[in-house]
Amino acid sequence: MAIAAIERTAKHMVLTVQDYSLFAHRAVMNLFHPPRYWTDFLIQSNIIGVGSTTIVLLSGFFTGGVLALQSAATLSEFGATAVTGRFVSITMIRELGPVLTGIMVAGRNASSMASELGSMVVTEQIDAMRALGVDPMRKLVTPRLFACISMLLFLTILADAFGLMGGAFVTVFMNHQDGTQYFSQAWEHLRYPDIIQGLVKPLFSGFIIASIGCFYGMRTSGGTEGVGRSTIQAVVTSSVLIIFVDFLVTQVLLTLLPPP
Amino acid sequence: MIEPPASAHPAQAEPAPGGSAPSLAPSADAAPPVVAFRNVSIAFDGPPVLQDISFSVAPGETRILLGPAGVGKSVLLKLVNGLLRPDQGGILLFGQEITTMPEQLLFPLRARTGMVFQEGALFDSLTVRDNVGYQLIQERVPDDEIDRRVRDALRFVQLEETFDFYPASLSGGMRRRVAIARALIHQPELILYDSPTGGLDPVTSTTIIELIVKERDVYRTPSLLVTHRLQDAFTLCTHRFDAEQGKMVPLPQGETDPDTTFLMLEEGSLIFDGSLRNLLHTPNKFVREFLE
Repeated sequence: MAIAAIERTAKHMVLTVQDYSLFAHRAVMNLFHPPRYWTDFLIQSNIIGVGSTTIVLLSGFFTGGVLALQSAATLSEFGATAVTGRFVSITMIRELGPVLTGIMVAGRNASSMASELGSMVVTEQIDAMRALGVDPMRKLVTPRLFACISMLLFLTILADAFGLMGGAFVTVFMNHQDGTQYFSQAWEHLRYPDIIQGLVKPLFSGFIIASIGCFYGMRTSGGTEGVGRSTIQAVVTSSVLIIFVDFLVTQVLLTLLPPP
Repeated sequence: MIEPPASAHPAQAEPAPGGSAPSLAPSADAAPPVVAFRNVSIAFDGPPVLQDISFSVAPGETRILLGPAGVGKSVLLKLVNGLLRPDQGGILLFGQEITTMPEQLLFPLRARTGMVFQEGALFDSLTVRDNVGYQLIQERVPDDEIDRRVRDALRFVQLEETFDFYPASLSGGMRRRVAIARALIHQPELILYDSPTGGLDPVTSTTIIELIVKERDVYRTPSLLVTHRLQDAFTLCTHRFDAEQGKMVPLPQGETDPDTTFLMLEEGSLIFDGSLRNLLHTPNKFVREFLE
């Protein structure tokens, strides 16, 4: 009995991964064949990019501030508070900027994609779209996917910049240190591999957020309760995957672009 | 928008009851069917929902699919335009086998059909104008032409004033009428109605049925209509649209629309295929109980 249950669960998981792979493949390949819905791409870019700006800026700013507070407290034990800027910039740009932006956008947009598409599924709007001769994958999923990837890149850059500013605010106004020294430390020790690492990660995060959000939305069943379930699954799965893929990408990039 | 034919088809006297067995093979001079099911079966993680279903819809024909709730009527309708795929059997739509057709090739075929969903399935974030003109917007038809054709379609369902409304501000009956306008705007070659009067009050139901009769008699588009309401089915069969009076009128006593015929499902199987007279005289116990 127990073995049968394990077998069933394993089969279900494998099937889900297979369905997701086919779904993501179709969503990507749609970009290379007409029709393409550029208006929907711009609308989604506005919703994902402009709509998420405030939360990303605030979370970036306060994360940079917290990093400066924590690092200065530790570094002061070694008389090295002068390198706070270096610590904040490298941590923000390499790691916290991309990951936090990904998780913030996942919370906001993976959930909205899953619930919006899920509601459309349970009210037969997706079937109606198909019946009208319009491919929901092309019309709804592909624009969200590429809008999310491109917007997450810019949002991450903004989060990094505001993180540095948050760190500078704490360094100057709370730790009473020199702002010029903070920024020169932040700038001088930053290398191209750090920036590449920081800009490659949001591409993966954007893909994960949109593909997972749309995937769970489009396979919603079970009415309004099912919509809620899809929303939770989308947020949880995309958040965990963002951190997991961040780990993998970091490992690969550290191997390809090793530190000096 | 839709140019009506010169004359609506006249009602004919009901032929004498006879054999009602469906025939998928059209006679040599008959036009090929718009839809043909050949031994279609489908199941969803359990016993078959539909089993060994065979029937066809001829050009200009209106077929009414009767059956109690949960018998697979909506599933059958979704099989017609490939929204669902059968496990066994074959389905011909406009003469093309769609059972194994890739999804991408199905979209142009679906665009030639109109479908009215059970609850309307209007896009709730779009206005009535954008809902009705959805296909035209996707085809990048100029805005002023879309406006004109949407107004024409809304005039047909007598809802021109809802042009700028959102679906949330419409009643259930109005949503169905907007859904009918959306299904008609592209001049479909086949219309599928999924319980268009389900959950509506009798007066609104009659309004919807009148629209369907009007569509049938003015444009003569073949259609497949799913319902569990006998009254609606009989009204469709015993009335015609009078273009001069601009309303639905009953046919003379004893006459029925010759192109409106019935199908009936019981537990996933097709148990009746024939005219109203055959339906009323069938010895099938389930049909008799359903009619009573």
